[in-house]
Amino acid sequence: MKEIGTHPGILRHLPASGTWKKVRRMKVLYLLMVVPAVFVFVFNYMPIYGILMAFKNYNYGKGILGSDWNQFAYFKSMYHDDYFRRALWNSIRINLLRILIDFPAPILFALLLNEMKHLMYKRVVQTISYLPHFMSWVVIGSFVYHLLSPDMGIVNAVLQWFGIKPIYFMTNSHLFIPVLLTAFVWQGVGWGSIIYLAAISGIDPTLYESAEIDGASRWQKAVRITIPSIVPAIVILFILTLSNILNAGFDPIFNLYNPLVMNVADVIDTYVYRKGLLDFQFGYAAAVGLFQSLIGLALVYASNRIIKRYSDFGIW
Amino acid sequence: MIAAPNKKIGWFDVISYFMLAVFCFSVLLPFWDMLLLSISDPKKTASLALRLWPKSFSLDAYEFAFSYNKVPLAYLVTIGRTVCGTALTLLLVTLAAYPLSKRELPFRNYFTSYFLIPMFFGGGLIPTYLIIRKLGLIDSLLVYILPGAVGLFYVLLVRNFFMTLEKEIEDAAFIDGAGHIRILFSIIAPLSKPVLATIALWAMVGHWNAWFDALIYIRDADKLTLQAILQQLLSQASSTIPTDTQNFNTLNPDKYVTGKSFQAALTIITIGPIVLVYPFFQKYFVQGIMIGSIKG
Repeated sequence: MKEIGTHPGILRHLPASGTWKKVRRMKVLYLLMVVPAVFVFVFNYMPIYGILMAFKNYNYGKGILGSDWNQFAYFKSMYHDDYFRRALWNSIRINLLRILIDFPAPILFALLLNEMKHLMYKRVVQTISYLPHFMSWVVIGSFVYHLLSPDMGIVNAVLQWFGIKPIYFMTNSHLFIPVLLTAFVWQGVGWGSIIYLAAISGIDPTLYESAEIDGASRWQKAVRITIPSIVPAIVILFILTLSNILNAGFDPIFNLYNPLVMNVADVIDTYVYRKGLLDFQFGYAAAVGLFQSLIGLALVYASNRIIKRYSDFGIW
Repeated sequence: MIAAPNKKIGWFDVISYFMLAVFCFSVLLPFWDMLLLSISDPKKTASLALRLWPKSFSLDAYEFAFSYNKVPLAYLVTIGRTVCGTALTLLLVTLAAYPLSKRELPFRNYFTSYFLIPMFFGGGLIPTYLIIRKLGLIDSLLVYILPGAVGLFYVLLVRNFFMTLEKEIEDAAFIDGAGHIRILFSIIAPLSKPVLATIALWAMVGHWNAWFDALIYIRDADKLTLQAILQQLLSQASSTIPTDTQNFNTLNPDKYVTGKSFQAALTIITIGPIVLVYPFFQKYFVQGIMIGSIKG
């Protein structure tokens, strides 16, 4: 950008005169972007305007602009809403447990796969392990309910063979979370290992060779060479996972939960769905959703700063 | 991998091979179980006996599934949205990514931000629902295709890929008198087959597995997708299944279907295409993750 003479203020930052010539020359390119841009405007930007509903007492007749401001009434009532607080803690609890169990699983799987010497076996295992990732949660829910069914499920059949009475897994609020976590691991361990295996494949083979010469055991090679090389990937993914702490995910919960386990299963996403689309409390549901989005955004921004300080690349 | 292969099989290998075998077994078990349920005679599977091998064989559940008026329609709807939605996405994503990939485009940063910001912040469920309603898309088949057509992550992927292409090819075409659009479709697109294939596959899987938009936007049962019907069955929202299966059984005395065997058959026919096809395209899916994680 050229400075245009000594004019003060805004003129100083006009693009150089050559720029508009470039625009004319490339006008076709701008035209190409028009249709996608319109789509994005309608379906991604226009809903943002609807966020105003969180701050108003929405009156269908008056519309969003005409309705009165509600002085953050929804946010205040969120604080006192027991069901919201329950959903909030459930979201956090489920995500913390996921970090404990579902996050390390692909790492361990990748390390284990890496030790496979038989390439054909390794490839078959990998292909099979990707299969659950392609299933929708409706299908996974179908599997889970059927496998754990008291009268027809295999799990209870095995238990009965050992003389144990059938367990009602899905309606037991103590067992629901373990079942949920198992489903998460089942779905994600294979696919999640791809990134780590990619990082491992980038390791310089000569490192292993020189370790071999120095007499390192297999265990030592894994701990001293393999693991440190995937630490960057682990850190980044960990921070990203942490920044999603309030987003426990609508799909898994919705397809697995039932009225009897609401106290542990209801998360923010399902709460917003019920309040907004089933109870028609649009304004309040929009407020809860906004709360979740803002916190998520803040966490993503903060985690990006942290990642940037640790390495020299970030998300943006 | 270790450079010099060690042929000796130690105890660690035995254990790890065994654990992986157990893992594979546990991944495949739900599929096998569901498959068996769908082809077994429902009267014989009411017991708790371990079902690892089919004891009886009957395709009644499938016959019911395909004759059940909603299912063939849902198949058509699902295939339709997958094909149309993917095609539209590919087109729009390419149209957006190409200009954004030109470093000399004036105001490029603003436009890039325009397409990137919604990735991080959006209206949320309720405002989006209200916009869809305002646009008159409720209960319309278009609601499957239009809202998600411009996948923002895909735009980023394709843009980055375009940026890695050699500029000389375009310059040569310019000199020959070709315009931007001609270059895009005749030169750039064919060169971008890998990334476009990846996006197409991801989009197809996404459409095939989609059920939530049907749940909240569609009222007409004829417009449901396969997964939406499955979801209704699962949540027992559909109360007509017991009567429908009974009618079938009455009309066909030598056949027998239960709600459970129907659900199993429906699950199998819903996931069938994906299960059969994904191993062959594995390479594209995996490569998509690689490209996506090495962001510029």
